[in-house]
Amino acid sequence: MNLEVIVAQPLLKANEELAGQNRNRLNRGGITTVNLISAPGAGKTTLLEKTIGALKNLFSIGIVEGDIYTTFDSERLAGQGVAVVQINTYGGCHLDAQMVAQALERLPLAKLKLLFIENVGNLVCPAEFDLGENCKVAILSVSEGSDKPKKYPLVFQEAEAVILNKIDLLPYTDFDLAAAKEQLKEIKNNLVIFPLSAKTGEGMEAWVEWLKDKVSQTEKSSATG
Amino acid sequence: MHETALIAEVLKTVRQSALENNLPKVTKIKLAIGKLSMALPEALIFAFQVLKKGTICEEAELEIESKEIILQCLDCTQEFRSQDYNFSCPFCARSRIKIIQGRELHIISFEGEENELGSNCGSTLIKSQ
Ligand SMILES: Nc1nc2c(ncn2[C@@H]2O[C@H](COP(=O)(O)OP(=O)(O)OP(=O)(O)O)[C@@H](O)[C@H]2O)c(=O)[nH]1
Ligand SMILES: [Mg+2]
Ligand SMILES: [Zn+2]
Repeated sequence: MNLEVIVAQPLLKANEELAGQNRNRLNRGGITTVNLISAPGAGKTTLLEKTIGALKNLFSIGIVEGDIYTTFDSERLAGQGVAVVQINTYGGCHLDAQMVAQALERLPLAKLKLLFIENVGNLVCPAEFDLGENCKVAILSVSEGSDKPKKYPLVFQEAEAVILNKIDLLPYTDFDLAAAKEQLKEIKNNLVIFPLSAKTGEGMEAWVEWLKDKVSQTEKSSATG
Repeated sequence: MHETALIAEVLKTVRQSALENNLPKVTKIKLAIGKLSMALPEALIFAFQVLKKGTICEEAELEIESKEIILQCLDCTQEFRSQDYNFSCPFCARSRIKIIQGRELHIISFEGEENELGSNCGSTLIKSQ
């Protein structure tokens, strides 16, 4: 006879549990963790290079570098004197909490104050997978077109801040900065938006200050909690 | 894009539960997929057709219940449906919101045929676990 079994189980349950463990571990260590998400080539690695340059003398920084096959990005960052761990997903289109848990084993967590996770270049799947970060930051570059927020709303809804990168290219594109900001605000009113150029450095200060603020907030809460 | 991985997870979970419930053959699987989740129903069905081969779900059909996006405004506490991915509150125009429904990626239930020797012959029974 036919029997119906109620399962009522989230498909990503295993990932959510592991992400929770990562989060506890990172919070206990007073580490601020930022999950960087963007389409391929929006400028995650370039932004990291510049950000590290501005912050590495203030506190120690770790990087988890997600990439499908190559180690090019972690080679770029390893030259900067920060702890870099590479994860290759071999075709996988996003990082998951299990991969990050393994990467944490290879990082000097006791020393770190700030950890960046460069997710695999993709605006779709990474939004769905909690890694245990404190916040997600989405990067949209002006060469991608200003309709992206409405096309990929989940990532922008999940993000705490959005970087509009490559503003040095604005004169050469039809990207409408005001319209993009408005669309982002419709998705999430309290999004923090940083228009900047990781290449020229224009607009970087506000982003760097925001990160410093995050780091001191995490330090305070791990000291009291 | 990760629909294949999701379906692999469905097949794994259902297989385990079916064996525990003494169901050697699965005939139907029901999923709830939120409209805000980035999983496409067509891609899920395609992945299911491919991956179910040679498993106890080989003859099963996949039923997908699509879940509308329902949001709650954190400023005025009203609940509303999102139109066209607009997340601002129609009551107070702000958009600090909580997602009530629409992010689902859930297995709701599955149906299977019992072993001849099973003790529940003759009736369809709903079991929770
Ligand atoms: N003009 C301009 N180019 C930029 C800027 N930021 C990055 N780029 C260029 O964009 C290209 C891609 O940058 P990456 O930093 O590698 O982008 P990514 O997001 O890390 O790419 P993947 O890891 O492959 O997804 C490189 O050629 C960069 O030099 C910017 O602000 N302005
Ligand atoms: Mg990169
Ligand atoms: Zn409201």
